[in-house]
Amino acid sequence: MYRSQKLAVRYFVAAVALFGVMIIAGLLSALYYLHPSLLFDVFNFNMAKIFHIDTLVIWLLMGFMGAVYWFLPQELGREVEGIWLAEILFYVFCAAVAVVSVVFIFVQYGGSNEFSLWFINQGRKYVEAPRWAAVGIVVVVLTFVYNVVATCIKARRMTGILWVLVLDLIPLTLLYLDAFPALTNMSTDLYWWWWLVHMWVEGTWEVLIGCIMAWALMDVMGTSRRIVETWLYIEVMLVLGTGILGLGHHYFWIGTPQYWLSIGGFFSALEPLPLLGMVVHAIYDAGAHHMKTNNRPAFYWILAEAFGNFIGAGMFGFMMTLPQINLFSHGTQWTVSHGHFAFWGAYGCGVIAILYIAKQKISGVNFLDGRAWKWGFGLLNFGLIGMVGGLLIAGIAQAFYERAIGGSTLMAFMAGQENPWFVSGMYARMGFGLIFAAGYVVLVYDLLSAGKHAPKSAVKTQAP
Amino acid sequence: MDIQDPGFWRAGAISTTAVMLVVLAILTIDSLQDIRAGGSHVPKYDVINQQIGYQYDWTRRMDVPVIGGQQLLFGKLYTEAEAHALMRKGKLVIQSRACMDCHTFFGNGAYYAPDLTKAWLDPAWQQIWMPMTAAKTREDAMVMFLMHPDRYPTWGREMPNLHLDESEAQAVVAYLKWMSAVDTNGFPANFGQTQSQQ
Ligand code: HEC
Ligand code: HEM
Ligand code: HEM
Ligand SMILES: [Fe+2]
Repeated sequence: MYRSQKLAVRYFVAAVALFGVMIIAGLLSALYYLHPSLLFDVFNFNMAKIFHIDTLVIWLLMGFMGAVYWFLPQELGREVEGIWLAEILFYVFCAAVAVVSVVFIFVQYGGSNEFSLWFINQGRKYVEAPRWAAVGIVVVVLTFVYNVVATCIKARRMTGILWVLVLDLIPLTLLYLDAFPALTNMSTDLYWWWWLVHMWVEGTWEVLIGCIMAWALMDVMGTSRRIVETWLYIEVMLVLGTGILGLGHHYFWIGTPQYWLSIGGFFSALEPLPLLGMVVHAIYDAGAHHMKTNNRPAFYWILAEAFGNFIGAGMFGFMMTLPQINLFSHGTQWTVSHGHFAFWGAYGCGVIAILYIAKQKISGVNFLDGRAWKWGFGLLNFGLIGMVGGLLIAGIAQAFYERAIGGSTLMAFMAGQENPWFVSGMYARMGFGLIFAAGYVVLVYDLLSAGKHAPKSAVKTQAP
Repeated sequence: MDIQDPGFWRAGAISTTAVMLVVLAILTIDSLQDIRAGGSHVPKYDVINQQIGYQYDWTRRMDVPVIGGQQLLFGKLYTEAEAHALMRKGKLVIQSRACMDCHTFFGNGAYYAPDLTKAWLDPAWQQIWMPMTAAKTREDAMVMFLMHPDRYPTWGREMPNLHLDESEAQAVVAYLKWMSAVDTNGFPANFGQTQSQQ
């Protein structure tokens, strides 16, 4: 194995650990909806939720970085340039996450001054981490970009996938600078904040996972490079062709001009197209190889990624992306339903597929299968589908009773939250969330044990 | 033109992306004009000196804010600069206490607590909190609530005490008043209508 791949494994371990923290924080956040006096004044809902969504972003980022550190040396047939620096920064990254966690648990919030924003809590969704930590993330990501670019230059070789990756990392990094400002005007604040959130998940991350899945397909099914690269270009064209102006679906109600209703509605309604394309691509490849693969779990997680991305992001997103519907669904549990399905389908499943690819190589088997992974796969996906189903019901009830009939006042809000459909949805989310958590336990167990007793093979590895 | 050729799609990807980025840049320049304080959709900060309503507009077919005559906040007439400083402070309170991880602003944030877009106009201040706090005005009731939400709960899901001092609570009230005057293309629809019809 290359040093870069050893670093990748460290990133995977950290990602899986944070995935666990995310689940615990998610279950805790969900519990407040059922027991509002839980930990009141000690550790309030907002802090639990911050843990939940911030660890989400971090574990996915770590998973992506791990995936690139994994495939890059394989792609170029050489060690990654400047890997020593990346190795050091991995520990810096982990230490920063730990320090921010301690501050979030024990300090939680500060006074209304710049000091709080720099050292305690920035209070902007997904990027609550204090500025010093955000600076740290910028440094880590810049090093990562340097590793990728410098390795390509040293190797004097570029592949289509690498071109897409390198060009994608530029906006991905620049957008993160959005984590710093604290604009007074809420409309301009949210205007830029959505560049970060939307352009990450519906633009740059989507392209990044496209590159990673392209490598994954070549790895587990031996799909030809020409085919995956052609599809990758088509995906990039459609994702960015619809997603850049699709940004407008977040500009309906934040004080922005009325033309966003039509522009955002139109382009975002087209956003499912590339995601459908990815499903077609995956099925086509699977069919072309008669479902033959050297890595069953990775193969099924790749399929789950393709379907989850299309259904969770594409279809669940489409449901509420037209302004006529969004006027009522906006900012309800309906949004949460889509958010969970999309993040899980598009990115969670993709990262897990890579974990299994790494697992196969580490355990040195030329065919990876088993029993436990199926339970992990089943429980996680069943739990998640149950959760988003419960949230969808709760969200539709909320959209109806709070927004449409009630007019979104405090009283209307309460009426929505106490509606029996809503309450049942919250219980369902909790129950299925526990099933999801059980799936996580099996996943971890399987990752630590799969392939141990399988026959060793000498093929496939050509590490120096 | 050969659609089997990756080069064809590569060119397509680059040109499509470039065109979209240019369009986005133009729209952004235009939008930023409209949403600056004092732009066509977002009022100046000293709007807090005026009365604010929210009514259905038959020509635009949506609810829009209505800015009325003078209505002082905390009995004081704020200059533009004073109002700006107050908003700066209000925003810092909102960020430092992570209000957005329980509440939504313009529908963005978390869904554990009510949307604050039009909180200034919420009938609950008159109907529930003014009697409960024995405050004489809406803004005084809001300040008292924000300083001690745990003392004046209306239902099982309470807001915790986030230790706002009086000046911080006043800044937040001003911020919410300004926010309620932003033209949000009709979100939230029918705000407070059920109550006002009764
Ligand atoms: C832990 C979650 C939580 C946090 C954090 C929080 N709130 Fe609340 N807030 C609530 C809940 C719950 C209610 C409903 C309380 C009630 O009805 O008794 C509420 C009610 C309100 C109301 C009345 C809303 C209306 O429409 O009548 C306002 C205004 C408000 N909060 C402002 C704030 C501000 C400003 C902050 C940040 C400084 C904040 N909240 C932080 C949970 C929270
Ligand atoms: C991988 C891709 C996607 C991910 C990870 C994702 C995730 C999310 C998340 C987390 C939110 C909530 C944001 C917040 O307020 O914090 C959201 C909102 C939204 N998404 Fe997506 N999404 C994806 C793709 C899409 C697509 C393709 C569409 C449209 C077809 C879409 C439509 C929407 C809409 C309309 C909202 C606003 C909801 C509201 O008004 O409250 N999303 N998305
Ligand atoms: C045990 C499982 C989980 C539970 C119980 C859970 C619970 C929750 C809760 C209670 C919230 C707060 C919603 C609100 O503001 O009211 C939330 C938000 C969120 N969670 Fe989870 N979660 C779980 C797993 C996941 C997974 C696996 C992902 C993604 C891979 C995820 C992504 C998100 C996102 C993106 C948000 C913000 C959504 C939004 O505001 O629209 N969660 N979750
Ligand atoms: Fe979006």
